[in-house]
Amino acid sequence: MGKVVVVTSGKGGVGKTTSSAALGAALAQSGDKVVVVDFDVGLRNLDLVMGAERRVVYDLVNVIQGEAKLAQALIRDKRLETLYLLAASQTRDKDNLTAEGVEKVIAALKKTFDWVICDSPAGIERGATLAMRHADVAIVVTNPEVSSVRDSDRIIGLLDSKTLKAESGERMEKHLLLTRYDPARAERGDMLKVDDVLEILSIPLLGIIPESMDVLRASNVGSPVTLADGRSAPAIAYFNAARRLKGEELPVTIPGEKRGFFGKIFGRKAA
Amino acid sequence: MTEVLTQPRPIRLKGRSFLALALTPELPFEDWLARLDDLAARSAGFFLRRPIVLDVGGLPIDRVQLRELVHQLGTRNVRIMGIEGAQPSMLGSDLPPAMADGRPASDFEAPTADEDDDAGVAEYAAPSDPAQAANAKATPSLVITQPVRSGQSLFFPEGDVTIVGSVASGAEVVAGGSIHVYGTLRGRAMAGTTGNASARIFCSKLEAELIAIDGFYKTAEDLEPGLRGKAIQIWLEGDALKAVPLG
Repeated sequence: MGKVVVVTSGKGGVGKTTSSAALGAALAQSGDKVVVVDFDVGLRNLDLVMGAERRVVYDLVNVIQGEAKLAQALIRDKRLETLYLLAASQTRDKDNLTAEGVEKVIAALKKTFDWVICDSPAGIERGATLAMRHADVAIVVTNPEVSSVRDSDRIIGLLDSKTLKAESGERMEKHLLLTRYDPARAERGDMLKVDDVLEILSIPLLGIIPESMDVLRASNVGSPVTLADGRSAPAIAYFNAARRLKGEELPVTIPGEKRGFFGKIFGRKAA
Repeated sequence: MTEVLTQPRPIRLKGRSFLALALTPELPFEDWLARLDDLAARSAGFFLRRPIVLDVGGLPIDRVQLRELVHQLGTRNVRIMGIEGAQPSMLGSDLPPAMADGRPASDFEAPTADEDDDAGVAEYAAPSDPAQAANAKATPSLVITQPVRSGQSLFFPEGDVTIVGSVASGAEVVAGGSIHVYGTLRGRAMAGTTGNASARIFCSKLEAELIAIDGFYKTAEDLEPGLRGKAIQIWLEGDALKAVPLG
């Protein structure tokens, strides 16, 4: 049985889709079978970021409505044969996602994939709650600024109350992925510090992704950053985050921090 | 920090209400006590084994006078289980606790001389044992061991709320009693919402958006900047919210 991961944030534009694609590609490169599912019905982007926009025939809504079989809707990545995409519908709206339909699709995907990564839409409405509903693990994507942190806090509250795991009294495993971290701005004090974000959200840190032109460039050519340039700073950060997601104990490094700060680097895991 | 409450056998807490006799002393106390003695002489043991609350609301007395009154009542074997209507500053650990939210019930008939056979027989029993006095009242309380997240609302009109963790920006805690936050208070805290002016708010780090006690509130803007980020306790004095750093 595979693990269902929801990538969520509450706020839009923080890097959910980028992170879903990058982590999916990183996990797939380690040999695991991965599917990334776009839940953003009506505003789909994952197909663009993964460079599959010209190969979408059927999508998640078609499968839920019984218009296509799951196998028909799954798009295999051209570069990685263990990486698949299930696109969202661009023409339908969120009402086409039903709780029973989503449950069926997720259950079927869990049987054949090691990782089912659900890319949640922004907001706390139907699309977002359905994306998180069946998750085993949640990745909360947050930018180091106050509005993003508060929205993430709200989402963590929902993860602890509105998911199947929470309703059955189990504990939802939650990880913080701090994205668009700018060392220069952090230096000037224009940005929340890592420790402040961890103190407010009090969930363990999965990784810190530096703000980088490499991310934008990778998106523009339709490639997850972990596939486009595996040696760029954000790609390395995503690879390490994927290893931590698989249970490896790796110290989290803060981008831009000089060497010799080893004391600070260790023990960064919160709560 | 995010542990779930999974204690197999929780302590059972029950609410229970008792009808207490409310004594309303009048000034000067000497005359009032004389009348009380007169009543006690006519009806021995009238105050015995009855929970008694002292209502001093509206009386212009100070702490010394209040302590003397409680002492005087004690020598008459009238044991006070709580004091209503007193300023929090008047009550110390040597005095009975403050009480609030009392609902009026029908008046007690003070016995008259002719219907009391035992008139004049001073038959005071030994003071009731301390254990009985100690479990006279148990205030319900709620303990939360997880952070209160943005958008969550904690509503507990029955009593005190203790949070081991932080209260996020955009979260709110509403309590009938006091609020204790062992963490950073960033959201809203409203204590004493059921009319309990003696409720207080305590937090290890004050970053609150709004604090209120018994309907009197202050927003973040009205709070003294010097208090931000500190461990603080807040209480109500008259209709002014007072805040001082803890420890």
